[in-house]
Amino acid sequence: MRARAERFLPFALLLPAVAFLALLIVIPMIQALILAVIAEGGGFTLEHFERMAGDVNFSDAWRNTLLLLILIVPLQIVLALVMALLINSRFRGHGFFLYVYAIPLAISDLAAGILWLAVFTERGYLNSSLQGAGLIQQPILFLSFENLPGILTAIVVAESWRATAIVLLILIAGLQLIPRDFFEAADVFGAGRFRRTIHVVLPLLRPSLQSALIIRTIFAFQTFAVVFALAGRNMPVLAGEAYVWYAANRNEHLAAAYAVLLLGLTIVATVVYLRVLGLREAEVAR
Amino acid sequence: MGFALVAGIGIERATKVFARTTAIKGISLDIKDGEFMVLLGPSGCGKTTLLRCVAGLEHLDDGRITIGDRDVTDLAPRHRGIAMVFQSYAVFPHMTVEDNIGFGLRMHRRPKAEITRRVAEGAELLGLTSLLARYPAQLSGGQRQRVAVARALVMDAPVLLMDEPLSNLDALLRLQARADLKRLHKEVKRTTIYVTHDQVEAMSMGDRIAVMREGSIEQVGAPMEIYDRPASQFVGGFIGSPPMNFLRGSVRAGSFEGDGFAFPISRVPPKVDGRGLLLGVRAEHLRIGDQGVPARISVVEPLGDHALVTALVGKTPIKVQAPIDVRAKPDDDVRLAFDESKARWMDAETGAAL
Repeated sequence: MRARAERFLPFALLLPAVAFLALLIVIPMIQALILAVIAEGGGFTLEHFERMAGDVNFSDAWRNTLLLLILIVPLQIVLALVMALLINSRFRGHGFFLYVYAIPLAISDLAAGILWLAVFTERGYLNSSLQGAGLIQQPILFLSFENLPGILTAIVVAESWRATAIVLLILIAGLQLIPRDFFEAADVFGAGRFRRTIHVVLPLLRPSLQSALIIRTIFAFQTFAVVFALAGRNMPVLAGEAYVWYAANRNEHLAAAYAVLLLGLTIVATVVYLRVLGLREAEVAR
Repeated sequence: MGFALVAGIGIERATKVFARTTAIKGISLDIKDGEFMVLLGPSGCGKTTLLRCVAGLEHLDDGRITIGDRDVTDLAPRHRGIAMVFQSYAVFPHMTVEDNIGFGLRMHRRPKAEITRRVAEGAELLGLTSLLARYPAQLSGGQRQRVAVARALVMDAPVLLMDEPLSNLDALLRLQARADLKRLHKEVKRTTIYVTHDQVEAMSMGDRIAVMREGSIEQVGAPMEIYDRPASQFVGGFIGSPPMNFLRGSVRAGSFEGDGFAFPISRVPPKVDGRGLLLGVRAEHLRIGDQGVPARISVVEPLGDHALVTALVGKTPIKVQAPIDVRAKPDDDVRLAFDESKARWMDAETGAAL
């Protein structure tokens, strides 16, 4: 009786999470998959994907999404790594910095976008500061559709501010999992701070770096609210197109096609990370 | 590596304070070239802290440390000319055995050919040659421990520090590793500080032992000197298995009297009449017979080559190492004879030997 109860206990404990995932992730995902390949009148079709690929904004959205990914992810990983190593060195007051770094985590991405809009807009904080300091005469149109580098910079800054903290937290947790003895052994055997980081800390941090990269890349594919708040339709991205086709153009099939494309990209990126950064079998303790 | 090849270690008035407690309290200790010094004591006595101060992993709050003729008090660990074996081994899981052993040499930017040669030598010395391509996860605990020792030895640092390197091995392996370490020390003759809480390890390996207690050194000396003439009740009770027996009492007119016993005694330290004393006698210096101190047997434990007998002298349990064929049974009334020249007298208040 007791043994039976114990056999079922793990499943019982997993059930709420499984139910949650099924209800909010798996079912919508299957629905999206079906929507993307079903013709208006029923039956299998690829016409939605063809229409998506032929859309005027498609190539821009595709380019912008990848551009943001390439700019934001490495920047955030490097920033977060430096911040994490700094905090992990336990200097006086490191706890304060951790809290300050983590504040943006509590803000929704749309709110973060609007916040940075207030900085970058024509009469925003940045322009008034620069004018006040006498550095410029006329306000700079950072977010004009003619100023792609400006828009891009604003989005990269806002996204980095908003989402670096999650990477930071993952890396700090990873650093704290590394036994102190490894740091000390590196010190004793002659590695300076820099080489200790390169030869000991980073390799041991690989599992956490992998998680952080996967999470960040998935989020980067989904970048949407911040872009929308700062650039509106001036800067189409894949996730934004899915939203526009669903909400504005009322074409759920095309929106689903975009969503499926994003899902595919996410899976490819994740598999690549797992392959490239995964631990060799021999390194894993028995 | 630019360090003197032999170097003694000087520790002067070393003090280390942690948030609330003073971990080491003004310790001074001189360790000679090539000496194997054991820091022995119960957990929390400050032995590991003292070792970490020598390594440079902790900074002294007061005092200074010299290695050879260099003052290393404010130097980073890597500039001190030390190598270390950690209690957890700290063998890097992401490197092969070969890369682990050569780690220190690579960090000190030695030429490739030299690294290859010395790693091969180190692996040979520790019997790791066939395992060089493995990762630590593929090794047993004993093999990992040997990788940690090899990594420290190939450094050719004049000082070798070991923090309880055998405590994570099972009993049988520990015996083997203990003999191996002793042989290695004979071959390479590095000045060694070895931290342990195991008095058998300390006795069998150390040229000298520093017995520590509550942040201070209680006694320093050769193993047998400490065993035969403990400087305090603490040392006598910590070293030896079973620990030294202590009878509490006082001397009056040539008789030692305590709770439920009184017996004549001839060799008494001067001017102790009426003072509280401890009489310390080791189990192997006691004989069960028909002469000596009256006692009653309470337990007899046969241990193969001898029997460990517990007898009550008055109310104090006393351990006696008796021949295995001893005929004593529980509740027998016997007498215990002992060689007074081997006994130690201590002050009952301070525990210090007289």
